[in-house]
Amino acid sequence: MSPAAAGRTVRPVSIASFAQAQNVRRDDVHNEVEGLLPVIEEVFSTIGITKDDVDFICSGSTDYLIGGPFSFVMALDAVGVWPPRAESHVEMDGAWALYEAWVLLQEGKADAALVYSFGRSSLGDLGEILTLQLDPYYLAPLGPDIVSLSALQARALIDAGKASEADFAAIASRSRRDALGNPKAQVRQDVAVEVLLADDYVVSPLRRHALPPITDGAAAIVLAAGDKATRWSERPVWITGIDHRSETHSLGARDLTTSPSTASAAAMAGLGAGPVDLAEIHAPFAHQEIILKEALGLDDAVAVNPSGGALAANPLMSAGLIRIGEAANRIASGGADRAVAHATSGPCLQQNLVCVLEGA
Amino acid sequence: MTDQPSAGSGEPIGPVTMLATPIRLDFDFTPGVAQSRFLRGLERGTFLGQRCPTCHKVYVPSRGTCPTDGVATTEDVELAGTGTVTTYCVVNVPFAGQSIEIPYIAAQVLLDGANLSFMGLIQEIPADEVRMGMRVEAVWVAPDELTPSLASVRYFRPNGEPDADYDTYKEYL
Amino acid sequence: MADSDVLHAKHVLEYPYSRSVGPVIGAFLTALRDGRFVGVVGSGGSVIVPPTEYDPITGDDTGELVEVGPGGVVESWAWVSHPRRKHPLAHPFAWALITLDGAGTALLHAVDAGAPDALSTGARVTARFRPAGERVGSMSDVEAFVLEGGAAR
Repeated sequence: MSPAAAGRTVRPVSIASFAQAQNVRRDDVHNEVEGLLPVIEEVFSTIGITKDDVDFICSGSTDYLIGGPFSFVMALDAVGVWPPRAESHVEMDGAWALYEAWVLLQEGKADAALVYSFGRSSLGDLGEILTLQLDPYYLAPLGPDIVSLSALQARALIDAGKASEADFAAIASRSRRDALGNPKAQVRQDVAVEVLLADDYVVSPLRRHALPPITDGAAAIVLAAGDKATRWSERPVWITGIDHRSETHSLGARDLTTSPSTASAAAMAGLGAGPVDLAEIHAPFAHQEIILKEALGLDDAVAVNPSGGALAANPLMSAGLIRIGEAANRIASGGADRAVAHATSGPCLQQNLVCVLEGA
Repeated sequence: MTDQPSAGSGEPIGPVTMLATPIRLDFDFTPGVAQSRFLRGLERGTFLGQRCPTCHKVYVPSRGTCPTDGVATTEDVELAGTGTVTTYCVVNVPFAGQSIEIPYIAAQVLLDGANLSFMGLIQEIPADEVRMGMRVEAVWVAPDELTPSLASVRYFRPNGEPDADYDTYKEYL
Repeated sequence: MADSDVLHAKHVLEYPYSRSVGPVIGAFLTALRDGRFVGVVGSGGSVIVPPTEYDPITGDDTGELVEVGPGGVVESWAWVSHPRRKHPLAHPFAWALITLDGAGTALLHAVDAGAPDALSTGARVTARFRPAGERVGSMSDVEAFVLEGGAAR
């Protein structure tokens, strides 16, 4: 297997720019194009470039969120794709769009790429929409919502002696407090564990605080290779490894208390080659952070989700891409030298992407 | 539910081969600022477009950006209800929920002053007399029936002007 | 334009899909219609329930169909105090991953247990099928599972 196929970088690629929309419970005013436009403008203007400076565009979104078939095509109106541009789309979080763009840059077919994602989670009922990602024969007909499935995972973790409800509350408390330093976050609050533990159960054993907020949002990243990477950044943030792995959709055939796909993606991305200063982990439900920390082999010295993570803002289809952007920003500003970012997709951490970032 | 004979039908029952998996999702949809502006225009009996500050093209309806330049369209342009048929088709196929008689004409109409054609029905003319370049005008519903919806435009009909020269609309086919 | 001028509308999206189920899922659904469960032997000899045409871990073809259940053990569960409109039961219930007797993997379904303190991981449950005339060959042919020896209603 070539190094690139194994998830390690052959051609250095940097996260040159990152922007995200203000994460809100409901953007009642803008359509997806209007919500995306300022994010695209910012991701370019921050480094003084225009759309003509990138030679590939890749986006991540799902039309089910707004019930609008081909809304991802209309979203291109926020970029301006005339004359015709090399462009692609994944029906996944933008982190997977970033992966596709990274592969194209590895192959030398592009030198810079725009990656973006968007999602208006507020228009429909996520409990029903996300059920459509399940096995259509055995699972979807029963209507199990994402909170119920995550609660089964949380119970399994408690039963295995790996966590308690107080641990979930502690993760939520820390995330909301850390989000006070993130003006783009949605749930920003200094609240004690004891207070959170008084929340009602949504689906037991998950109380309100262990769930992600419902968030409308969007995000964008510019990837750069070659001299563009060094020209556009004072301190380039390099992707030294990136990989993604998936597990079976048969929930009952998995050990829900572990995340082997995260562990193998981390190994392929070379995470173990050295220590990391921080981790941005996409754990929409509080208990999932515990599973992912173990799968990534992180000890308690590593700062986890200093942005507040998905418990502070969970814009569907963007929350994974934002983890990569947040980690990159910490390195670019000199706050860290090596970081790991993670994105997840599917029920109960079915599919996972791991991206290792290093400062120059 | 499946396509199988039911257990109570008294017919021989074969193995299950099909599973009905209907999907229904309910949304509280918002079309955004620009499209709301366009729809509010229809409610007043006008076509409201928006101009791109970079290429100066007028989009009707605008989704809030210029799809060519990727910049916000902010300048409103009120358009007359007249235009030119750029292309059309004759529909002879009935479909569920249809409210007009076949055959009917679905046409792309380039409203005067716009740089984006617009789909509408052509009526008050036999189907075999409709042509590219034909000049048309919008027929609106009665003032008290206007809503922020394309249903406010009943159809387009010939306005009696001579056909437009091909060169005036060839970029909009 | 003021934000309050932005329009709202109810929007409903419907897809009337039906799916062909193939020989293995079809056998499971046919068995449900008959009021019983079958699994399929996976590549390691373990029985996969609900059955698939391939082993979910190794990807190998699966083998023979074998009868499993109708009793089983709760592997994990989650209590729903306020059922959603598309949930299998309209009153409070538990979702559970249930390993049917003879199976090596767990099946997701509802447990009609009455109250959360009646249920625990490791509890034995059994399927409550709908009456024969109401079964059509789908997961909802099982109305719910109930605790063995103490069926809530």
